[in-house]
Amino acid sequence: MIMSGMHKLLFSGALAALTLLAGCERPPIESVQRGYRGTAMVGVYNPRTLEVQAPKHQAPEAVPAVPAGGPAASTVYKNVQVLGDLSLAEFTRTMVAITQWVAPEQGCAYCHAGGNFEADDLYTKVVARKMLQMTRTVNTSWKSHVADTGVTCYTCHRGNPVPENIWFTDSGPTARSRHMGDRAGQNFPSKVTAYASLPVDPFTPFLKEAKEIRVYGTTALPEGNMQSIKQAEWTYSLMTHMSDALGVNCTYCHNSQSFGSWEGSTPQRATAWHGIRMARSLNNTYMEPLTANFPKERLGPEGDVAKANCATCHQGAYKPLYGAAMAKDYPALYGAGATAAAAPAAMPAAVAKARKPAAPAK
Amino acid sequence: MIEYQNIFTQVQVHAPAYVGTPMKPGLGSRLWGVTSEQKPWHIHLLGRIGDAQVGPIYLGGYGIASIICGIIAIQIMGWNMLASVDFSPIEMIKQLPWLALEPPSPAWGLSIPPLNEGGWWLMAGFFLTLSILLWWARMYRRARALGMGTHIAWAFASAIWLYLVLGFFRPLLMGNWGEAVPFGIFPHLDWTAAFSIRYGNLFYNPFHMLSIAFLYGSALVFAMHAATILAVSRFGGERELEQIVDRGTASERAALFWRWTMGFNATMESIHRWAWWFAVLTPLTGGIGILLTGTVVDNWYLWAVKHGVAPSYPQVFPPVLDPAAMTGVAQ
Repeated sequence: MIMSGMHKLLFSGALAALTLLAGCERPPIESVQRGYRGTAMVGVYNPRTLEVQAPKHQAPEAVPAVPAGGPAASTVYKNVQVLGDLSLAEFTRTMVAITQWVAPEQGCAYCHAGGNFEADDLYTKVVARKMLQMTRTVNTSWKSHVADTGVTCYTCHRGNPVPENIWFTDSGPTARSRHMGDRAGQNFPSKVTAYASLPVDPFTPFLKEAKEIRVYGTTALPEGNMQSIKQAEWTYSLMTHMSDALGVNCTYCHNSQSFGSWEGSTPQRATAWHGIRMARSLNNTYMEPLTANFPKERLGPEGDVAKANCATCHQGAYKPLYGAAMAKDYPALYGAGATAAAAPAAMPAAVAKARKPAAPAK
Repeated sequence: MIEYQNIFTQVQVHAPAYVGTPMKPGLGSRLWGVTSEQKPWHIHLLGRIGDAQVGPIYLGGYGIASIICGIIAIQIMGWNMLASVDFSPIEMIKQLPWLALEPPSPAWGLSIPPLNEGGWWLMAGFFLTLSILLWWARMYRRARALGMGTHIAWAFASAIWLYLVLGFFRPLLMGNWGEAVPFGIFPHLDWTAAFSIRYGNLFYNPFHMLSIAFLYGSALVFAMHAATILAVSRFGGERELEQIVDRGTASERAALFWRWTMGFNATMESIHRWAWWFAVLTPLTGGIGILLTGTVVDNWYLWAVKHGVAPSYPQVFPPVLDPAAMTGVAQ
């Protein structure tokens, strides 16, 4: 009797432990040393998660190149505001590529209604034009973040007319009672915070507005840093998003001694710093002005336009498409007359290697 | 058949209910479970982890006041959490780990904000603190009434010190309630991480180091002591008090074991001083570390660099400059 009772107790204990562990990822987890030994500067990867994600991060084949020369697109088509300088052949090739990248199922008609190519009747065409300008800006003015790899429509769209990872301002659920139960934009489960209880919309203050992200003290002793712990929670929420969007842990950018200190941080931290500014600038320069163009159902619950964050391009990879240099094949994505900068060799073809940041030291 | 007997007490002592040592006159009226109508009762499962007898329970003014204050505090927290999910009990259960009652925003300073902007938090904190302090008085006075020392009350006071530093003394010194900890399961953990991020890595705080050392030390001392006593319980070693006065074969073996293995042994009496001090010093040093954070030290990493505590490591990555410090960069 005692034995069976004991077994029952042990069994239910084991069951309770298993239930608690259900939220964890099973071992083995791979860790890749990047920094000096013993400093916990390691990347932590779940090989099973990477395996599932890998096909998602394959760049599509380039549309076959066309011979140079020929008349400019603007001489054949009307109302070509951005790509008019391209040769007709290159222009057509670019249109084919964009269709594959953005609206493979809907086809040309997604932007061009009723075969009337010059009309701007569809909002999608107006948006697409703006997005082309945005892509050119990214590829020419934000090399601090995208280097020579650049971006294409596919970087974000991946065959979806609306990219899968976009954000809207989210004040969070508001309690109906005005007298108690204020949530202050946090303390409920959300994927954005990787299910922590941190503020769920770090994007509006940091990727639209330019609120101060840095909260840590810059002097050993207090010398007037008024940032509060509550503000630190907002920053922490943004960092959680970045970690989640890139599939990396904190030490991908930060040194393990001090998150604030630049000394000993990895070069990726500077790239990420520019990335934050890039997302903020694109959201304000290209997305916000489009607010009136979008139909209501494309706007967020609070009436704002869809915006970009780190996940919009990265989609879980440390580099979008594991760093495949797609843009170099499309001069249209660089700007009038610009030829695509010869991109350095893309990541090794073997994705298995490419999906992990290299350079472990010592 | 092998019998497993290492976790649970196998012996169920089932004696007639025992009401305790004779008390001062008049005390009995405040004890529940000493009259012929209210006898202590026995619970078998409790007998497996301790004494099966429940009661008598002392119902004094401090205890009752403490429980009332505690209930008020928990009610304020609970109803706020329930209100935050629009009074849906199911959502309350589903989201409970995330729900919180947050302190006021720093902008309110030390003033009293509207109820829904931190006022409830202040009120819950007030009643919780009152409840804890009253319970401390109960601990102290009951120990005195039994003619005991007040070691338990002072150990409890050490934990109260850390609690008060986190929610009262430090916010007071920082000049706003917003620095205090929210009431909530995940929220207080996120607060802890954010606290360390804001103040430059708490692991470089020497008092945090001490606190960790005492915390882990407590676990070690507890494990060593508990294992030693269980190992000699076959010789009656669990009767520690008798063994302190009259060192029997159990105590002798236990002591010898540690002298054999590490050359030194604590005594039956001194091991409890070890345990008490390790436990008490954990929140005591931790509280000092928290109190110094933000008030006299703003970044523990930089403090540790300044005082040669933080080591510097060979440069592995190419030097990285703060882009914000460079000119001509989009901010």
